[in-house]
This record gives sequence, C-alpha cells and structure tokens, in this order.
Amino acid sequence: MSKKVPEIEEYQYGFRDKDVSVFRTERGLTRKVVEEISKMKEEPQWMLDYRLKALEHFYERPMPQWGGDLTGLDFDEIVYYVKPSEKQGRTWDEVPDEIKQTFDKLGIPEAEQKYLAGVSAQYESEVVYHSLKEDLEELGIIFKDTDTALKEHEELFKEYFGKVVPYSDNKFSALNSAVWSGGSFIYVPKGVKATTPLQAYFRINSENMGQFERTLIIVDEGASVHYVEGCTAPVYTTNSLHSAVVEIIVKKDGYCRYTTIQNWANNVYNLVTKRATCDANATMEWIDGNIGSKLTMKYPSIHLRGEGARGNTISIAIAGKGQVQDAGAKMHHLAPNTSSTIVSKSFSKQGGNVTYRGLVHFGRKADGARANIECDTLILDNESKSDTIPYNEIYNDNISLEHEAKVSKVSEEQLFYLMSRGLTEEEATEMIVMGFIEPFTKELPMEYAVEMNRLIKFEMEGSIG
Amino acid sequence: MAGSVLEIKNLHVEIEGKEILKGVDLTIKGGEFHAIMGPNGTGKSTLASAIMGHPSYEITDGTITLDGEDVLEMEVDERARAGLFLAMQYPSEISGVTTSDFLRSAINARRGEGNEVSLMKFIKGLDEDLDYLEIDKNMATRYLNEGFSGGEKKRNEILQLMQLKPEIAILDEIDSGLDIDALKVVSKGINKMRNENFGCLIITHYQRLLNYITPDYVHVMMRGRVVKSGGPELAKRLEAEGYDWIKEELGIEDETVEQNA
Repeated sequence: MSKKVPEIEEYQYGFRDKDVSVFRTERGLTRKVVEEISKMKEEPQWMLDYRLKALEHFYERPMPQWGGDLTGLDFDEIVYYVKPSEKQGRTWDEVPDEIKQTFDKLGIPEAEQKYLAGVSAQYESEVVYHSLKEDLEELGIIFKDTDTALKEHEELFKEYFGKVVPYSDNKFSALNSAVWSGGSFIYVPKGVKATTPLQAYFRINSENMGQFERTLIIVDEGASVHYVEGCTAPVYTTNSLHSAVVEIIVKKDGYCRYTTIQNWANNVYNLVTKRATCDANATMEWIDGNIGSKLTMKYPSIHLRGEGARGNTISIAIAGKGQVQDAGAKMHHLAPNTSSTIVSKSFSKQGGNVTYRGLVHFGRKADGARANIECDTLILDNESKSDTIPYNEIYNDNISLEHEAKVSKVSEEQLFYLMSRGLTEEEATEMIVMGFIEPFTKELPMEYAVEMNRLIKFEMEGSIG
Repeated sequence: MAGSVLEIKNLHVEIEGKEILKGVDLTIKGGEFHAIMGPNGTGKSTLASAIMGHPSYEITDGTITLDGEDVLEMEVDERARAGLFLAMQYPSEISGVTTSDFLRSAINARRGEGNEVSLMKFIKGLDEDLDYLEIDKNMATRYLNEGFSGGEKKRNEILQLMQLKPEIAILDEIDSGLDIDALKVVSKGINKMRNENFGCLIITHYQRLLNYITPDYVHVMMRGRVVKSGGPELAKRLEAEGYDWIKEELGIEDETVEQNA
C-alpha cells in the first residue's frame, strides 16, 4: 500500500522578491531602535513613553519556560522595523509592481484580487495599500492600518490601546508593545453592522525581520463585524519572529468574528497574544488556523465579562516535520450565564508535534455559565506526536463544563474504502484530512476555504510513503 | 467477446498467519451474475476483500487476473481504476466529506486527469440514480456514511456502484440488515446494471436476495473452497433443503475454515 511520493524540497511559497525597503533599523533591540521607530512614525510622546516602558519590561521579563523551545530565538539577530516604501498607496495602481507580483505568486484568484480593492494589505512591517470601501466609510466604520489610526484618531486610539493586552501581560506582548508596527485598526460605531468581511493580508518578506503588527478592534454596542486576515511567508535560512498582539473590545450586544489563516515558513517563531473582551450579550468568535512555523504558541482568549456574553473558538493546528504547534484557547467566564465553545482540530505528520493547551476559567460571578470543549487530533504516522493539556479553574458551583477529547489515526479501513473507489492513497488521506478539518473550513469565507484547501494539499504532499 | 474477465485460480489467502482460503477457482465474465453462497465462516467475505486487495489479507498462493492483467500486482486504487468494485459489508464512515464530493472524486479518479465529468452532468446523473434507488436527495450532502442507518449504507454502496459503472463488481452481503422493501430497491439497482459488459459476484448466505436477482451461476463455499457449482436451481434447492445435503454428499462435518484439516 505504500507508494513513493517525492518529498517537497522547498516550501511552496518559498520565493523572495528583491528587497524594496527604503528604511530598516539595525539588528538587535536597543532603546535607540525603539526611539527611531517612534520618530520615523512621527508618533506622539505618550506612545514613545509607552514603547519605552514596554521595552524595560521586556528586558526584565524572563523567557517563558513552558510551551515550546525558544532557545533558538536570538533577539539580537532580528531587524525590528522595515519601512517598505515612502508613501502609502492609496489606490491599487500606486502599489509597487513588485509587491503586486508577490500577491500574484500567492495565487490569489482574480475574484479575490478584486476583493483587495476594499482591503488593507500588509507587506513587511507597514500597510502599503489601504483603501476603504466607500460603503464602510458611509457607515462610519474606521478601517485603517494601526499607524494611521494613531495619527488620525488619537483620542479613540488612546482610550483602548493596551487595555485588553497590557504590555506587562507577557514577554512577547512587551516586545510587541515596544516595537509594534502596522496591523489593523477597526472601529464599528453603535448599531452598525458591516455586511462584508474586512480583510487584510500579512506577509513577512525581509530576511530575519520580525513582524510585530498590532491590531485593535472596537465593536461598539449592538454593532457587528467580521475581520479576516491570511498570511503566507517565504522560506528563509535564519530564524524569523512573528509576534503580534490583537486586542478586541466587543461592547454590549455586539458581535465580532476574527478569522485568521496563518501559514508560516518552517523557521518562523510565531508567538502571538490575542485577547477579546465581551460585554453583556456580546459575542466574540475566533476562527484560527495555524499551519507551519517552527514554533507557534497561540491561545486566543476571550474574557466574558458581561452577563450572557458568548465566546466561540474554532481552531486548527497542523504540525509537520520539525514543527511544534502549541496552540489552544482560553475562556474566562466572569459573569452570569456566559457561554463558550472551543473546537480544536489538530493534526501532526512526519514527526510534527501538536499540543492543545487550553484554559477554561469560571469566576465567582459565573452563575449558570456553560462551556463546551471539543479537541480532536488526527495523527498521520508513528513519528508524530500529540498532547492535550486542558486547564480548568472553577470558582462557582453552578456551572456546566463538558470536555471531549479524541485522538485518532487515519484508519486502514477508511483508506481501503476510499482507495477501493479509485482514489490513490495520497488522495484518500487528503480526503480524510480535509473531512477532519471541515468544521473549521466551513466557517471560512469561500475564497479562504479554497485557499485553505490548497494549502492543505501542499502540506499533504510528500507526507505519505 | 464483450466485457471483462476476472479469473481466480487456486487462491490461497491467510490472515494473521491463518489460512482462510485454500484454493479457490472462479471465473467471472462480463454479462454474468455469479452468486456465492455458504454458511458463515466459510471464507466468502475473505474472498471479496482479497480480490480488492485489503491490506490485512495475505495471498500465499494462486493468481487473480483481470483481462489477463495481474491483479495481485496492483494497489487497491489501481484495481478500482482497472474496473473492479467492492460493495462492502461494513462501509467506513468518512466525517466531513459529503457523499457527492466523494462520488465526484471517485468518478474523476477513474476517468483520469483532463477528462473530468462536468458538474452539471454529474449532478444530473446523481439525481437520476438517487431517484432510482429511492434515496432522499439529502444523502448527497450528508457526510459519507456518517450516521447512516444500515439500510442507507447499503443503498449508498449500490449508488456508488451505479455511478462508478465498474466492469466487475463484488457485492459482499449487500442484503444483510435490509428489510424487504430496501432489498427490492437494492436489487432493482443491481439489475439495472445488468448488461453484457458488466459481471457481478454476489456474496450472500440468504437465498432471498436471489428471488430478486437471478444469478447465472451459483457456487457454494465451504472450508475455504468452492465445493459445488450449478445454475439458479442450486440456490432453490439450498433454500428448500439447507446445506446439509451438500455436506453429506462431500463428507464434510464442519463446513467452516476453523476445522482442523
């Protein structure tokens, strides 16, 4: 039953454009670098002060000793800021050809390219293209790159920035707070419902360059928004670091869905802090796909702090050769009748290691709260590993918690069945895997589901034999 | 001559070191319907799985050829693309994959790259077969076999048979667990396949299926061999008299493969 499929020698998206950057900081992280970044961006004094406080905290804070192995990460080898071009492109025509070509190489279909007309696309550290759909503007929705938002909406920005994820939260939130650049800023006013998803593309390009985007989303009372970001990254020989912070505030009766597909090259450390707060009857949903990277540590978190607030996290994690995915979700039930669902789907292959690490917390006020956790793991071969590490903290008797964990292998019977209908072993395995993660892909906007399926196909190539 | 020829000669099969088939000879040609009957534990299902290439079964001796090609050299999927089909007794459940997506992939696997079936044509053909088998259209969008009743699974196997149109099909106890109405529908589907280019091997231990599908040849398996062959009248006699007369005739006390030879 074994058939030789050639190993992929290079990562599928392993192309690299000539570096068009205009400005980049020296390697290594010093006070001077932080000051330079802030100066380049012409930031107000309070932001520079914040960055410097964060930097101090970053220096003092020890490296985390849990999760994955971070010893390969050398902070002195990283470039903290690269400015890709002088001006921000206002229309698609103004976006440099080289950058457009990169999007082309990512195989973004034409329909999706058109979608880009209303999208902010992040290339390297800064948003290069940003055009807001007129209808969004009319609705009063602010959708800008974070740097611009700081300039143009400073009061609003200052009110919420760093409130959900303070710089002191962890070493990497401190790092991001010190050197952040780019990301998306969204404000949806009271009662306004954005009907089409807001989208951004992210991509690391310069070798050894960290990407520290900062995203802040504020969904006002009764408002609703769906934000989508997708990432691909090229192959590099030295370590890259991606350390983002995402803060989301969903006010009373609001709704926010945040969809990510991250497909990092094998040498990227992906250390991300994502957190949302939900007021009364608000809903927050993380749809979180993690593919590739050397090490991912990511646990999208929701603080359900208003009565009846709801949180959902649906995630997939895929770990291949030499990859570690330490991912999961956190739900903090801090108010009565709050409810949450976590669905985690992960699979490992060719010696990959995938760990679900999750926390469900029920505070004293969480009367009548309910949580449901479902962790499914599919292991494709005998070298690969999987762990499930759920933490439950319960300070209230009147709650309900369900946890279901399942680890399975692709069964011989399933393969035999599909192959007996003419599918090759590779096609059959792919079909089983696609089916396994279907609860995730069905949540994606159509064009992302297509992209996702393509990525899985790439991932599956060479994994049988 | 029309149709394909599946030729099985002196087939010996082991599972986990234990010999189950001890020299099966059988030839199925396009246009022919063969029935293999026999009590439980005589090796009928093993024969079906071995022909399709189930990895748990080891062929220790003998040959299987399809139109002269060595089937034993082929992977499971190659056997399928060469024209073999096995309707399984216990079809696997594939979560997250809809029946129609699966069917389209399977049809295209057989047709080959560049020759894929058009979506419209596929849907039209699928709808026709669903109607013919009196299957709720919802089944096409349900995940393959997941949560299906026993009867639904069997109908789905026949749906696949009709959609994939193999040269030679092996139906492994397609009648088990079916009520009489479902049995009629399933039989109707199989009979619709009957033409000079389609050969079929029906494995059953109940004669009742053969009231709806008339076989051209009937074989009885005992102790891992075909011990008696005949026409449809053999099935009738088995229904009326059971298997004991054959055992007596051949001097067999224990018909299963478990016996110590």
